[in-house]
Amino acid sequence: MIAEAGLIALWLAASMAFLQFALSAIGLVKGQDELFKAIRPVAIAQGVLVAISFLLLVWLFVRSDMSVKLVVANSVAIKPLIYKISGAWGNHEGSMLLWIAIMGVAGACIGIFERNLKQKTLVTTLGAQAFISIGFYAYLLIASNPFERIFPVPADGQGLNPLLQDIGLALHPPTLYIGYVGLSIAFSFAVGAMITRDVGPEFAKAMRPWVLGAWVFLTLGITAGSYWAYYELGWGGWWFWDPVENASLMPWLAATALLHSVTVLATRDGLRAWTLMLAVVAFSMSMIGTFLVRSGVLTSVHAFAVDPERGSFILALLAIYIGGAMALFALRVGSVKEGSQFEPVSREGALVANNLLLSAILGIVFIGTLYPLFVEGMSDEMISVGPPYFNLATGPIALILVAIMAAGPLLRWRRDSAKALLNRISIPVFLTAAALFALVLFTTSMSVLPLVGMALAAGIAVASFAPLWKRNLRRTPMHTYGMIIAHFGIAVALVGMASETSFTEERLVAATPGDEILVNKWKIKFEAIEPVAGPNWTALEARVTAQYADETIHEIAPQNRMFASAQMQTSEAALLTRWNGQLYVVLGDSDEQGRWQLRIWWKPFVTLIWYGGVLIALGGLLAMIGRLRRASHQKKQRAYAEAMI
Amino acid sequence: MNRWLLWVPLVLFGIFFAVVAAGLIRPKDNIIESKMIGKPIPEFVLPAAIEQRPALSQADLATGKPQLLNIFASWCVPCIAEAPQLLELERAGVQINGIASRDTPQDIANFLNRWGNPYVRIGTDMRSIVQLELGSSGVPETFVIDGNGKIVHQHVGDIRKEDVPALLEILESAG
Repeated sequence: MIAEAGLIALWLAASMAFLQFALSAIGLVKGQDELFKAIRPVAIAQGVLVAISFLLLVWLFVRSDMSVKLVVANSVAIKPLIYKISGAWGNHEGSMLLWIAIMGVAGACIGIFERNLKQKTLVTTLGAQAFISIGFYAYLLIASNPFERIFPVPADGQGLNPLLQDIGLALHPPTLYIGYVGLSIAFSFAVGAMITRDVGPEFAKAMRPWVLGAWVFLTLGITAGSYWAYYELGWGGWWFWDPVENASLMPWLAATALLHSVTVLATRDGLRAWTLMLAVVAFSMSMIGTFLVRSGVLTSVHAFAVDPERGSFILALLAIYIGGAMALFALRVGSVKEGSQFEPVSREGALVANNLLLSAILGIVFIGTLYPLFVEGMSDEMISVGPPYFNLATGPIALILVAIMAAGPLLRWRRDSAKALLNRISIPVFLTAAALFALVLFTTSMSVLPLVGMALAAGIAVASFAPLWKRNLRRTPMHTYGMIIAHFGIAVALVGMASETSFTEERLVAATPGDEILVNKWKIKFEAIEPVAGPNWTALEARVTAQYADETIHEIAPQNRMFASAQMQTSEAALLTRWNGQLYVVLGDSDEQGRWQLRIWWKPFVTLIWYGGVLIALGGLLAMIGRLRRASHQKKQRAYAEAMI
Repeated sequence: MNRWLLWVPLVLFGIFFAVVAAGLIRPKDNIIESKMIGKPIPEFVLPAAIEQRPALSQADLATGKPQLLNIFASWCVPCIAEAPQLLELERAGVQINGIASRDTPQDIANFLNRWGNPYVRIGTDMRSIVQLELGSSGVPETFVIDGNGKIVHQHVGDIRKEDVPALLEILESAG
């Protein structure tokens, strides 16, 4: 019955979305304002219903209800509870339901919390949100029903991909999805504003917290995903430029550009059309990314033939939503009045540069990700675009971008002088030059990009705090602290990336128990190899001790795990974290003569990459809270002033 | 601002749409001959795809006896079509090695349980790296490899009933 209840809830949610869209469209066309009153409750009802539907699916997985096809294909009865739950979204149908559930809840959140938008724009926004939802409901209900039963009922399920049985990956997709789908709010806001032509600082201020919220989740999701790939895949890398990774990076780049341009719109009423475009592009990238990942069009064109219905369905949805929004943009934005103007050397100027560079990186990643598909379409040749292209093409632009990032917050709005800027930024510039000099002098193995990155990071780390110079620290608004922390986080992550790229030491040895291996200052001893068992796996575990210089000896245990249900081996890397880096040990195969392959990396300061990511997200969170608090404070003041009159 | 500039995003999206839609609709029967024919197999080591069969490296393919190297995937429908022919070849005494392309072990195991397992060794090629190095552009594809590890023949697409004698002949002459 639970499966049927879930399906009914999904149908009801879909009809609510339809009602929500109809109310908004009819109300707008006929000018019947009374219809608008119903729209918030309908949006909330839709959110609640779709959330119930999703929770029922999770419940089915928790109960291991083997009469449901999806559960059979992606779960087994003997599995830790957390992976039963995460099994609900570790598959195509479930993740699409999670997607639409977040979208519905996001719409409900607009219905409950959004009080700053003009009524007409709000109604249009909720109508647009519902219009997008309808397509995805249709997709779920017609082409990929997660609640489908199976008969005869099998005794047990087929299990979840062991790679996915990991706490990082249990939490990674929901985080990322909240980010992806959160951007739908910005998209709907932009569509709403284009229809009502209500684009200005008030609109930007209303949109900004939503963008920040989505961006925080996206940042966390990417950071977590990077760390997961790093320790779970056992390859020791933290970014592979894989299409799946690019699919998450592209919305992030667009959203980063958007949250900077929205500030220009909110503060100075500039960049109106550009901000609308970015809001459309950000969520379009989310949808395209999901499409590319979910359809398999990129990883394997051949997989498409297996299920062309789904691929065509999502592609049609993309055409309607993205094409529609862009056509609307072309038709409407011409009549949106231009905002205010500014000089090139100004805060706006720096933010425009930020936007252009971020867009350039976005373009490079987009082309690189789709190029194989393009070439195949043109000539039948199969090619694969890899890290050399991406690193070389995006690296220099990213470095220019972070250099501008250091200067931007020190510029005044509207107009500033280059000389005054140089004055303000002299210490960071000096630090960068000094770091560059020191690195060239004392290191030998650094290539140009990491070298410049590391040197820039030194300057940025200081420059990011410069906005606090001569300010009352207690009266500095919270969102300024947010910006400082986020920019500082970039510097931190940059040091981590440069250090990992340049200073990693790697050893690959065939060792017998008792052997000692030296890597950097580490003395690593391979003690023994033993079988161990977990709840649904068995493993061979290497007992390894590691000692840094003359410090205490640590025991670590890399494993080769074999999962009972899937007959798949995963390599569980053993990590030993110090303040100055991570030791990373992977157990490989044996040569059947008692020797075991051990791969050992010493990665100085690699953890800074993810600490940086967390700092960036934290900065976004502070900025969001700060903006919300200020908005509610100003509202109270206004109400108070009105009451006094 | 120039009015026509506003249409640029829509045009760009149109191009994207066309490329992807073409990828979706285009028939997948283009035959791409490998540039590797007549050359030795590139060096590779692939981990075992399932528990019951050992891993595969290029060293396993130069044993002095001609062999078949079959690239397959559980998600590939023509691979099901050619499964009986592979079993027939196996019964005829041909040593068949498999490379599973972009697949999960559980799916591979299910696939082999259902349609039969003709392979002596199966390597798993998660990112199609070895597949591309071999000059293969899709699944299924089958290579005939002579005793010295040289590629002598490539069969693109599923092996039909009528292809079996020809393959046996090529294997014979390669030995």
